[in-house]
Amino acid sequence: MSRTTLDLWVGVFVAMGIAALLFLALKVGSISGSDIQAPYTLSARFDNIGGLKARAPVKVAGVLVGRVTEIRYDNERFQAEVVFSVDGRYKFPTDTFANILTSGLLGEQYVGLDPGGEDKLLAPGDVIKKTQSAVVLEKLISQFMFNKAAEGDTAPAK
Amino acid sequence: MVGAIRRLGALFINGVWQLGFITRFFWLILVYSGQSFTRIHLTLRELYFSGVMSLLIILVSGLFVGLVLGLQGYETLQRYGASDSLGTLVALSLVRELGPVVAGLLFASRAGSAVTAEIGLMKVTEQLKAMDMMAVSPIARVVAPRFWGGVISMPLLAALFSAMGVFGGWLIGVVAIGVDDGAFWSQMQSAVDFRYDVLNGVIKSCVFGVAVALIAVFEGYDCVPTAEGVSRAITRTVVSSALAILALDFVMTSFMFRG
Repeated sequence: MSRTTLDLWVGVFVAMGIAALLFLALKVGSISGSDIQAPYTLSARFDNIGGLKARAPVKVAGVLVGRVTEIRYDNERFQAEVVFSVDGRYKFPTDTFANILTSGLLGEQYVGLDPGGEDKLLAPGDVIKKTQSAVVLEKLISQFMFNKAAEGDTAPAK
Repeated sequence: MVGAIRRLGALFINGVWQLGFITRFFWLILVYSGQSFTRIHLTLRELYFSGVMSLLIILVSGLFVGLVLGLQGYETLQRYGASDSLGTLVALSLVRELGPVVAGLLFASRAGSAVTAEIGLMKVTEQLKAMDMMAVSPIARVVAPRFWGGVISMPLLAALFSAMGVFGGWLIGVVAIGVDDGAFWSQMQSAVDFRYDVLNGVIKSCVFGVAVALIAVFEGYDCVPTAEGVSRAITRTVVSSALAILALDFVMTSFMFRG
């Protein structure tokens, strides 16, 4: 008789464990495969990708439409080639603009797409030609400093 | 001098000998598992003793670890004005590292030591030999059910630990301190990936389960059949499971979460 209560407890234990796993899967994490359906790949070449990493989000108008799958260095063009997979439900015109943006001041970097007005659409495997590199904070600061220094040189001459 | 070298050599040879024996023992357990699964209630009974009986300590420690993570994480994050990322911090550290590792350590000291003591005492009182005499394989009857009980309960306990920890972090962060509820969950969900983070954590806890259960049954089976030998075997179970968990965790983390 005591074996049945034992079975009950084991059942409760296993059910609790599976519930915890489900909680971790659905509430804590997000199942990445499901929100991107029938993905196709696009790529873009950038002069500088900053801190972009594989698995970074690809967003259009702030909506997540895909993820970066691979980043490699193109030794013939001396540029970084970023490959990303995009949800098959979304199509973009051929003159789409690809930027590397930062969410917040210190947030993660992501690829932002700005669709253009062309009628032809990008096919799977296409390369986006219009790109803008990541903003490197050091460059921005040094540019600002040089400008200030140049102003300082010219100001007393007036 | 010569004596020291001789002791070192003996220690090394003994280590290799034990490694060989534990591998052969693991193989024997796998071979006899089929036979012991035909009497499934043996495994269920061990699942009860090592899994259900560890529930309380796992849940309570998970809650406390989550509470501490929430407090400490908030303390650091609010200096950078990033207290909204509290959920990410709590969930990622629990799911990836703390859940499997701390649950494994607790499991080794709560259930692993009990298994070693039980098998060791069976050996002292020559019950294992008696089973052999009656043509009942002690590995199929005693060892394999305890091994599988540990292997099955470990991932479940680690998942419960992580879930409880996230709840504790939520309790401190959202209910007590007042971090925004929506930001807490949404930032957590966007940062924690099911396959990359949760599944890797589960794989880790499965590996820890095999390691802890194997060490526990082996030390019990291999102990010197005296009262002192059993107590030494229990100590060795806890020490070597802890070392095995931490070392395996380092190896797996460096493979799983690179870059």
